[in-house]
This record gives sequence, structure tokens and C-alpha cells, in this order.
Amino acid sequence: MTNIREVTVDELRHLVSDRAMTGETMLLNMGPQHPSTHGVLRLLLELDGEIVVNCIPDIGFLHTGVEKNMEAKTYQKAEVMTDRLDYMNSVGNNLVYCLAVEKLVGLDVPVRAQVLRVILTELQRISSHLLWLGTSCLDLAAMSVFLYAMREREMILGVMEMVSGQRMMTTYIRPGGVWRDVPPEFVPAVQEIVNVMPGRIAEYESMLTQNMLFTERTQGIGVISAEDCARYGLSGPVIRGAGVAFDLRKARPYSGYEQYDFEVPTYDTGDIFGRYMVRMEEMRQSVRIVRQALSRLPAGPVLSDNRKFVPPPRSEIGVSMEALIHHFKLWTEGFNAPRESVFATTESPRGILGVFLEGDGGPKPYRVHYVTPSFVNLQSMPLLTRQHFVADVVGIIGSIDIVLGDADR
Amino acid sequence: MITAAMVWEWVIKSVIICLAMTIGFAYVTLYERKVLARIQVRVGPNRAGPWGALQPLADAVKLIFKEELTPATADKKIFFIAPIITVLPMLVITAVIPWGESVTIGGKTFNLYLTDSNIATLYLMAVTSISVYGITLAGWSSNNKYALMGGLRSTAQMVSYELALGLSFVGPIMLASSMSILDIVHAQSKIWYIFFQPAGFLLFFVASLAEVNRAPFDMPEAEQELTAGYHAEYSGMKFALFFMAEYGKMIAVSMIGSSLFLGGFLSPVGFLSNIPVIGFLFGNGPHWLLLKVAAWLFVMIWIRATWPRIRYDRLMALGWKIMFPLGLLNVVITAIVIVLVGG
Repeated sequence: MTNIREVTVDELRHLVSDRAMTGETMLLNMGPQHPSTHGVLRLLLELDGEIVVNCIPDIGFLHTGVEKNMEAKTYQKAEVMTDRLDYMNSVGNNLVYCLAVEKLVGLDVPVRAQVLRVILTELQRISSHLLWLGTSCLDLAAMSVFLYAMREREMILGVMEMVSGQRMMTTYIRPGGVWRDVPPEFVPAVQEIVNVMPGRIAEYESMLTQNMLFTERTQGIGVISAEDCARYGLSGPVIRGAGVAFDLRKARPYSGYEQYDFEVPTYDTGDIFGRYMVRMEEMRQSVRIVRQALSRLPAGPVLSDNRKFVPPPRSEIGVSMEALIHHFKLWTEGFNAPRESVFATTESPRGILGVFLEGDGGPKPYRVHYVTPSFVNLQSMPLLTRQHFVADVVGIIGSIDIVLGDADR
Repeated sequence: MITAAMVWEWVIKSVIICLAMTIGFAYVTLYERKVLARIQVRVGPNRAGPWGALQPLADAVKLIFKEELTPATADKKIFFIAPIITVLPMLVITAVIPWGESVTIGGKTFNLYLTDSNIATLYLMAVTSISVYGITLAGWSSNNKYALMGGLRSTAQMVSYELALGLSFVGPIMLASSMSILDIVHAQSKIWYIFFQPAGFLLFFVASLAEVNRAPFDMPEAEQELTAGYHAEYSGMKFALFFMAEYGKMIAVSMIGSSLFLGGFLSPVGFLSNIPVIGFLFGNGPHWLLLKVAAWLFVMIWIRATWPRIRYDRLMALGWKIMFPLGLLNVVITAIVIVLVGG
């Protein structure tokens, strides 16, 4: 009657402790269809009562083959794929890809485009942190914070839509600058976000930071030391929450981050609460950066005028034969990149985001590889969850802020 | 001497109570969704009927017509019985709660309560405990690990918090020298027991949240951890019965709490009841109980909207290490004070 395939425990022998073989501990399959695994992460938990003995993360349920697909597209067209990796940080994915392409072909970016890139990546960082705040609090069953965070994220998505026509998959940053100049209502809209956010962040903090139920669920849970962070190669708020002041925006500045005045927040507990405090402060610092960027937003072109790599504007095509040829060549064949390999890195909301790009002399990349923070940080799950309760597992998943599209690629 | 008229009166009152609880349950879900929505800068249900007033009806129709699935490996009989065991206590629990004094219709006086039992509080304790069997059996019979964990959690939780809940009953019982809810309500005509028994009130409030599995003690469900806990495998009307039990018990504990600590159907502004025409609004009556229950439910929903869930082990520690000793202490102190004052 019943034809359910029972997975034998023997198949798991090398993964779980011997006690699972005798039935002393229970194996619990958490995910991939579980409301709190932030997408399609699967965790195999070995439980002693409610205490986690072993946690085995299993990824690959959202593997989309983006990197391989990009090899079949020209450099400009491949960029559209990058939005879909870490869908909470699509602007950042575009940025790091464009940095790599610009490095590969030696393309300069105008100052106005640099500043716009900074504004948008920082807004994206805020929106990503807002979504993290909402969902990770939802994991702890503090449900209202989620909707408050969504309210503010909506303003940021509105700005994204204003500049690119898309709320999430923007592809606004292009090799050589940005797609086109921002509309006149851009600056007032961003100004409003910058004015509103500090008060709203204080509002979230008033609901959480001092809340005894919240601190009980976060303090001393999922602790990781700075040494372990280094051993696992973690990055982003996870290591800053463990007291390591490492941020690529400071350590290896790109897009002119060295000109901005901001701090790298750290917290030395290394637990969920530390990561929470770091991210809250990072939102404030991002607001600070956006405010500075707005005040120095220069006039001028937003796209490089190197016509070998950047398509000419529509107005030129009608009057210039050269422009028409460039337009035709760039959109049919693309530009050729040298037979070289480059590596570009940025600080995404989740940590170090890198792109390895290898050209083969033609218009399509020979190999694209993303080094993604979600994938690397996810490796710490077994360490973080050991000897914690099932209830803490969801809190810990939330605190390392994974995006499965980023981990699986 | 039991006459046919009395039997008819009981039957009709019972039907009214059951209907009130069922309709109450339906509208508490709407109330909760509306209040949650307002707290969370949303609008809430507003499509079905004015202000979404028909939403519960739409939900009920949907749930009735949904296909009911039973897992292949479930223990079918127990799987079927479990929701019934859970929902029955919720329907009968308010039998001993007085809604008001009495009304005279057509020259005949009707009491606004089904029965005024002299062991009413014991009845409440006994009946509230029954539903935990349903939850445990549901978790066990589903043959699902999440459901099992939900069931086990709820057993541990309810057993622990029953004690604190019981001890919080003792204060009002001693003050009123009666176990009848009607007597306890009458004894509060001068001053509500919340002022004599603030610790008892807090104990009752916390324990009742745990007893009905409400946030921040919604451990057995814990959708973020255990997906849906003990009712993970339930669908359709069987699921609705669990839902009904939870919300019905919310109403029930609100009524019990209002009667024990907030003066039940007594009006706090009774001195205004001499005003002509609208005076009855300020007099004692079911509408005051309704108001108190609504306020109580609002606090429950408010807590759900704002607080994270407490962790299972902390919950047990809170129950056994803080609530239970505090309850005992409260009983002892109340007893000493009564002896000294000569109550």
C-alpha cells in the first residue's frame, strides 16, 4: 500500500554520529521547503531531544548555471545574469562584474557615474539589511519588524525603479558607467530616504535591542571566534560581529570609497546579537555615505565616451556614420576583451563578493566565476549550531544572512 | 425537582453558548487580523463585506470545501479523533462563566448563566487540561517529526503552566471564600481583585498565554521552527478545528480572567446607571464582559505583534523556577493577610 522510500541510516553513516545509528538521536530534515531556511537550503539535523548534535547543510536546490550561461553571452549581455545571483544585492553584483570588465579592457568611469554607483550600492546595502532584519526577526517570531522594514525597503525599491525601470533586477550599472543619467526627482527621493532612515533605524532598535525576549534569543547563541572566522574564510557582518574590523570598502577601496568618511562597525561578542548590532550600525553608516555622495554629486557624463566599448547615445547615431557602425558592432558582436584574467572584489551586504573573469580575445568571457559570501559563510553552519536548540538554528541561519541564489549560482 | 421547562432552558442556553463560542472564534480571527494589520501598517482583510466583516464566513466556506489529506503512515483513528478532543473543551468551558445577573422576559426570569456551580473553578481547571490530549495525540498520530516535536512541547508546556494557572486561581477563591465564579464576581462589586492580587493577575495572564499556546509561548506551533508543529499534517476542517480550539480558548481564558480579576460583568461605572434612557449601558451586564474580553484579546494580539518567541528551555525554566514558586508565595501571603485582617 505505502510506497514511501525509506532512506536507510547507513547512507548517512559518515555524516552523523554513531548514536543516530541506534536511534538514540533523531535525524530531522529541515528544508528545502521550510519557512525559515531563507530559500531552499536543506539542513540535515541530528537531534538529541531538541539539541542539535550535528548539522549538515545541503545546497544546490537553486542551482541555475548562471556562471556557465554567462560564457555564452557577450560581456554586456552577460551582465543581466548577474542580477539573478544574489537577488538582494543585484546592484552590487552588477558593480563587481562591471569593475572586472572595466579592469579587463581598461575602461575609465566618469566621476558622476562613480558617485551614482556608490549611492545605489549603499541604498542596496540598506535594503538588503532591511530585508535581513525583517526576515531574521520573523524567524524569532517578532513579526511586526518585518513589515516596518518592508515599508522602508519600498522607498529604496522605488528609487531603483526610478533610475532603471526595475525594482530588483536593475542592471543599471554598465561597463563604463551607468545606463543613463538619473531623472531630476532622483536627488529629492534619495534625500528623503536619507532623512527618514535614522529615525526608522532607531525605531527598530527600540523594539529589539533592549527587549529581554530578543536578547535572550540572540546573546550567546551561534558564537564564532575571530580565529574560526579566519579559518573558515568568512567575511562581512559575521566577522565584524566577531570583532574583526575588515571591510573591503576600507581595505581595498573601489569606486572612490576612499573619499568617503565612514566607519567600520564591529562588535566583539561574535553571536547573533553582535551581527545584529553590526548590521544596524552599517545601515547608519550607509546613510552617512549616501548623504556625502549626494552632496558631492558632480555634473557631467555618466558613461565613458570610449566608443569601442560603450554604445553611442541615440542622438549621435542619426548624424554620425562612426556612431552607427559602433552601435551596430557593439550590439551584434560585442567588444573583444584581451586574453587575460582579472579578479575584482567588492564588499557586498553579506561579505566579500568577487568576480574572476577570463577573456579569450573574443567578445564572450572564457570563464566567469563569482566568489560569493553566502556560499562561504554558510560553511560555518555546523560550527555555529552545535549544541544549540532547534529554535536557535533558524535564528542562526537568519543571522548569517544567506541568499541561496548567491550560494548555488 | 427538574422540570421539562428547566431542561429546555439548559438546552437552549447550551446551544447559545456553543454558538457564541463558534461565532466568537470566527470573529476573533478577523479581530486579530485587523489589529495585527493596523499595528503593522497594513490594512487587513477588507474585500469580503464591509470592513472585511464576511471574511470569517469566506474562510469557513473555503476550509469546509478543502480536500482533507491524511498522511499514508498516520494512525488514522487517532488522527481523526485528535482535533475533536481538542475542540470539545473549548465549546463547554464557558458553561460556568456568568454573562450577567438575570433578565426578565415575558414575566419569567432567566439567569444569564448556564449553571452556577460551587466547584466552577475546579471545572475550569479540569476542562482546560483535556485539550492537551488532543494536541499530543495529533502530534503523535501524524507520524511526522515536526508534529511529534510540537506535540511533545505542548505537553510539557501545558503540564508546567497548569500549576501556575491553578495557583493563580487560588487568590480570588480565598478572597471570595467561594469557588463559584458568580460569587467571585459579586465579591468584586466594590473593588476588582486585580488590585488585591496584582501578582496573581500577572501569573494568570502569563500562564493563560502559555495555556492557549499564544505568542510568545506559541511553542507547539512555532511556524518558523517546526513549520506548523502538531497540526503540520492537518488540512481542511480538521485543521480548522485546531484553529477553532486555539481561538476559542483565547476567548475562554479572557472570560475567566475578566471574571476572576476584572469584575466580570460588573460595571466599573455603575454609579452612572441611574441616568435615564442610556443608563443601562453603565449598569452591569454582558456588554461589560464583552468589553473586558475584547480588551484582553487586544493585549494578547498586541503581544503577538511585538514580541519574539521565547525559547522552549527558557519557557520551562520560567514555568518551574519563577511562576510556580511565585504562585505558591502569592497563595501563602494572601492566606496570611486574610487571617491577619480577618477576612
